[in-house]
Amino acid sequence: MINIWSLKKANANVAQKKPKVSAAQIRVQKDLSELELPKTMKTHFPVAEDLLNFELEISPDEGFYAGGTFKFSFAVNGNYPHEPPKVKCQQKIYHPNIDNDGNICLNILREDWKPVLTLNSVMVGLQYLLLEPNADDPLNKSAAEDLRSNRKNFEINVRRSLGGGSVSGFQYDNVLTKK
Amino acid sequence: MLTEENIDAKRWDGIYKLLDRSSLIHPDFQPIEEIKDFVKEAKILVIGAGGLGCEILKNLALSGFRDIHVIDMDTIDISNLNRQFLFRRADVGKSKAETAATFVNRRVQGVNVTPHFCKIQDKDEDFYSEFALIICGLDSIEARRWINATLVGMADPESPDTMKPLIDGGTEGFKGQARVILPRMTSCYECSMDMLSKPTGFPLCTIANTPRLPEHCIEWASVLEWPKVHGDRKADTDDPKDIQWLYETALARAKEFNIQGVTYSLTQGVVKNIIPAIASTNAIIAASCCNEALKIATTSAKYLDNYMMYTGNDSVYTYTFQHQRKDDCPVCGQSALKLEFRGDKTLEDFIEYLKEKPDAQLKKPSVAIGGKPLYMPAPKQLEEALRPNLEKTLKELLSSGDEITITDTTLPFSLQIVLTLV
Ligand SMILES: [Zn+2]
Repeated sequence: MINIWSLKKANANVAQKKPKVSAAQIRVQKDLSELELPKTMKTHFPVAEDLLNFELEISPDEGFYAGGTFKFSFAVNGNYPHEPPKVKCQQKIYHPNIDNDGNICLNILREDWKPVLTLNSVMVGLQYLLLEPNADDPLNKSAAEDLRSNRKNFEINVRRSLGGGSVSGFQYDNVLTKK
Repeated sequence: MLTEENIDAKRWDGIYKLLDRSSLIHPDFQPIEEIKDFVKEAKILVIGAGGLGCEILKNLALSGFRDIHVIDMDTIDISNLNRQFLFRRADVGKSKAETAATFVNRRVQGVNVTPHFCKIQDKDEDFYSEFALIICGLDSIEARRWINATLVGMADPESPDTMKPLIDGGTEGFKGQARVILPRMTSCYECSMDMLSKPTGFPLCTIANTPRLPEHCIEWASVLEWPKVHGDRKADTDDPKDIQWLYETALARAKEFNIQGVTYSLTQGVVKNIIPAIASTNAIIAASCCNEALKIATTSAKYLDNYMMYTGNDSVYTYTFQHQRKDDCPVCGQSALKLEFRGDKTLEDFIEYLKEKPDAQLKKPSVAIGGKPLYMPAPKQLEEALRPNLEKTLKELLSSGDEITITDTTLPFSLQIVLTLV
């Protein structure tokens, strides 16, 4: 190495470069530019320059939650893709895997996250959660119980909640898709 | 007679014995005075003044290095005192970098340690380019990735002086590793990110409904309860009041589910993601890092090429191997392509050019500069918002010499282009 260093004096001028863009930013740019979203999903960027913070809207066309439009916030940090994006549901909805604070129980958002997964995987996962709520991973225990014991009744409760009605004394947000 | 000079010579006698002899090990080594001067004068940067950092500073100072800088944003916590031996009880609350520097300067005559009580991100390339080599003793992946990317970004193969050897040490309990990274020449920190197995937490539904471990209760308090009570304010993991709140909340939860073992220090460990630290593992890894620094600085012996794993979990093993550079490493995988383009042409012209360029043949490229998108083919709403940029000239959108980032489905990762406007 001293050989390299002996060149020091000869090579005093160091090429200056702009700060490099982070690996996380490049990866988000790639993930987003390759998204092929179905009609049921829409993104919303409050600030177009900021790719790391945005919203996803899902309007399922089938299943218990058809007719509603659900907003999820995405926050990607500097450790992406080695850490998953932080995703929260922006509305209060009656769902076995989403609690009233917007926390979501989706395996790839926590314990099963892997760097090979993309933002697209998460979006697909969220859509799947709306199509197939899962009574085995409850965050809203009574909703899970409801789904497990009586699907018909669960469906009625979901319908009521989507219109802003209350279920078991808790009032949910009106998330019906605006025509 | 004991003059300043021969006191000095005596002090470094051991090291100079090594440097005064021709080495049989390394054919390039010539015992010339210049090398001793180099060791004395070389500016060395130590990143982190914690468990590893204290050991590294001590070792460097005792190996003959004199111009040492140390950077650390942390202050001393009482829990550091068991292994971070440059600190005393009275130092609790003070800057680690400053306290460590004062201690070493007082203890080892002739050594000048300069502290920087700030984040590594507060310093720019001018600062890092002053050093001959950099030793990292960090426990944060994010900080390591940052310094790695910065040093790789600075390295210009045409100018060897811009390549700063990075020696990185890390420990976890009885395990550790030391590695030598020569930016753009050997594999970098990012190349090996997939070797890390960082758990990303427990399933949310377990935490919410079926906690079994004290950790589940602590995660419940920090992930689910904290935002409920404190809204958008994030818990400050360095603030004892916040930790106390999390601890009490977790403890109440644990009582409810009959779970034993929630303590204040476990709470601190879980929320700060503190990895177990053992003084002797730190000493082994730091010693290995500093010997590499001495070898690289003097060429008196072959340096580590390039990764040494140490494990004391199951008896004692070390394994040294050459970790391979990854061609598609987002940090060192490709160097920026230099390209000239007319500044009065539009962004759309430029994108068309990228699609037609025979060695690129991109399909739907996205273009960004410094993390900010100029054009994105998807998703729809972004495409619409950025579409007006297509009509703008490159001169309006960027300055000559800017580095732009291109991604495309046909590229494994991305393409960096330094664009000169003509
Ligand atoms: Zn690399």
